[in-house]
Amino acid sequence: MPPPIAFDATRAAEIIAAHRSLEGPALPILHAFMEAFGRIPREAVAMIAEALDVSRAEMHGIVSFYADFREEPAGRHVIKVCRAESCQARGGRAIGDRIAELLGIDWYGTTADGRVTLEPVYCLGLCASGPSAMVDGVPFARLDKVGAERLVEEVGE
Amino acid sequence: MIRVFVPKDVAAIAVGADRVAAAIMREVRSRGLAVEIVRTGSRGAFFLEPLVETIVDGVRVGWAEVTAEDVPSLFEAGFLSGGAHPLGIGEVEAHPWFAKQTRLTFARCGLVDPLSLSDYAADGGWKGLERALTLGSIATLEEVSLSGLRGRGGAGFPTGVKWKTVAMAKADRKYVVCNADEGDSGTFADRMILEGDPFSLIEGMAICGLAVGAEKGFVYSRSEYPHANAAFGRAIEIARDAGFLGDDVMGSGRRFELELRVGAGAYVCGEETALLESLEGRRGIVRAKPPLPALAGLFGKPTVVNNLLSLATIPFILAEGAKAYADFGMGRSRGTMPIQIAGNVKRGGLYETAFGLTLGEIVTEIGGGTASGRPVRAVQCGGPLGAYFPTSLYATPYDYEAFHAAGGLVGHGGIVVFDDTVDLAEQARFAFEFGAEESCGKCTPCRIGTVRGREAVERVIAGERVEEMLALVADLCETMKAGSLCALGGFVPYPVVSAMTHFPEDFRGGTPAPRAQEARP
Repeated sequence: MPPPIAFDATRAAEIIAAHRSLEGPALPILHAFMEAFGRIPREAVAMIAEALDVSRAEMHGIVSFYADFREEPAGRHVIKVCRAESCQARGGRAIGDRIAELLGIDWYGTTADGRVTLEPVYCLGLCASGPSAMVDGVPFARLDKVGAERLVEEVGE
Repeated sequence: MIRVFVPKDVAAIAVGADRVAAAIMREVRSRGLAVEIVRTGSRGAFFLEPLVETIVDGVRVGWAEVTAEDVPSLFEAGFLSGGAHPLGIGEVEAHPWFAKQTRLTFARCGLVDPLSLSDYAADGGWKGLERALTLGSIATLEEVSLSGLRGRGGAGFPTGVKWKTVAMAKADRKYVVCNADEGDSGTFADRMILEGDPFSLIEGMAICGLAVGAEKGFVYSRSEYPHANAAFGRAIEIARDAGFLGDDVMGSGRRFELELRVGAGAYVCGEETALLESLEGRRGIVRAKPPLPALAGLFGKPTVVNNLLSLATIPFILAEGAKAYADFGMGRSRGTMPIQIAGNVKRGGLYETAFGLTLGEIVTEIGGGTASGRPVRAVQCGGPLGAYFPTSLYATPYDYEAFHAAGGLVGHGGIVVFDDTVDLAEQARFAFEFGAEESCGKCTPCRIGTVRGREAVERVIAGERVEEMLALVADLCETMKAGSLCALGGFVPYPVVSAMTHFPEDFRGGTPAPRAQEARP
């Protein structure tokens, strides 16, 4: 995952222009902002609201509704651990808790050095091979305690 | 040239398929062999992944649970020509997991290169669309009705009725929307098609568009599925370049365009009206029905909203005829269902079969019981909002009506097995917690009920005013079931009430039952 770049109004305007002719462009624009900047800062909310002719409050409501859209950037690496029933049935609760313990953070937290963010995810579709996780988009399955420890050690390497 | 098949389904990659493919490539190069590595989707036998296949004497033979370290020994054993090796499972189709399946929707998935148009066409692809173009709209709608296909998202509404409603609606613009927001834990069938046989979905949607008079389709997928989205996005481009999408579908002069959209981590967007709101660019807030999306759906226009599996089954129905599909199944549940067996199970994966197997057969004979080796205690069917079945209901046939009569749901076909360490009070608490987290907040029973329900179950677990709290939970569930605007609030009672009904010993408050306690780490 490339490091997110600082918010840049010119780039933001280009993204909006590239997507605004879509039917229902809000989510594609917000995803593109996340990819470009790693977050949706307030000034971006204002820009999108103006371009799509909705109020800032409404656009803020959209951004805050969806778990994927963050106002503050995540850590340089994101570990998503499945917390849903299939993984629960295969010991996933303990694996997730162990990862949080090793990182020394709570769910949704980021390590003090900004290296890793830990997020729960409700199903990666790897339900027959749980417990599962995804690190910066790379999938891991059949995790046990040793696997979880290795995952935390090797994150970002 | 010899072909070696290695899945690139994300569930295979998660257990090392990419490393296996790279190791095979290294061996091929160092040995100077002429071998083509074909990256397929998964056949769905996830307990066998990574499953490597080759063709020996015209038959696909397999090697299961292969690691990169195993690869040199496969070459030593001469696996390319079927040499014996401990990981060998012989002819794949003869393996017990595959031998009794009826693969209609998943006929190609895991066998072919998902992005190869020639593989798709060679395996019967586009025949359904071709026939639909010949039949015309009315006869196509009739085929879909006669097939008996019902919505595979969970509600089981007859697909033909929905299509006819949209076809008859008068409007300047109509849409086809594929619900691929597969958020249910224990399900992965949509993901497998997006990754492993994307053209079948494109073909199904094109058939639908032509039949109902829609020129634009959207596939609404999930951000949790980055591999599937990349594969499907590419498939759309390939199909468009080859003239299966666009202004002149297969030279018919008819137009159908398709766009992939990705959600943003909101479970409720799997509910069709919340999905439409999200596609339009708003918060995923549920709409009151009526009006039905078939009459006033996306941007207020008549819209077919179908589950991915329903749409991906359409090409078979059109190519082979309605009867070929309807001949499978039982009662009013016609055709096949891709059952997804997951959780604590020995043999987990996707198993497509005609409706009618019993739950016990699915869990015990197909799934092989638990992975942990402990006894099965509960089976949650139909996702996070589905009921927990005790083993005493093993005789329930897998069928929409029979599951409903047993107080449960078929849903999107997910089955999650739990062993005897499960604490059903904790699962009930989780169902409320999940509902509270994912509620869109529009209607009061769901918004308040899930939060109050979680609090009440937490009190039960803590042993505080247990009887009073259980009565409150039962009352809340009744209100939520009858009074919620959509299936999220309406179905949270399924896991909760089934857990309380079938496993009352877990709801006595205070310390958990000794059996559960001893098994906890």
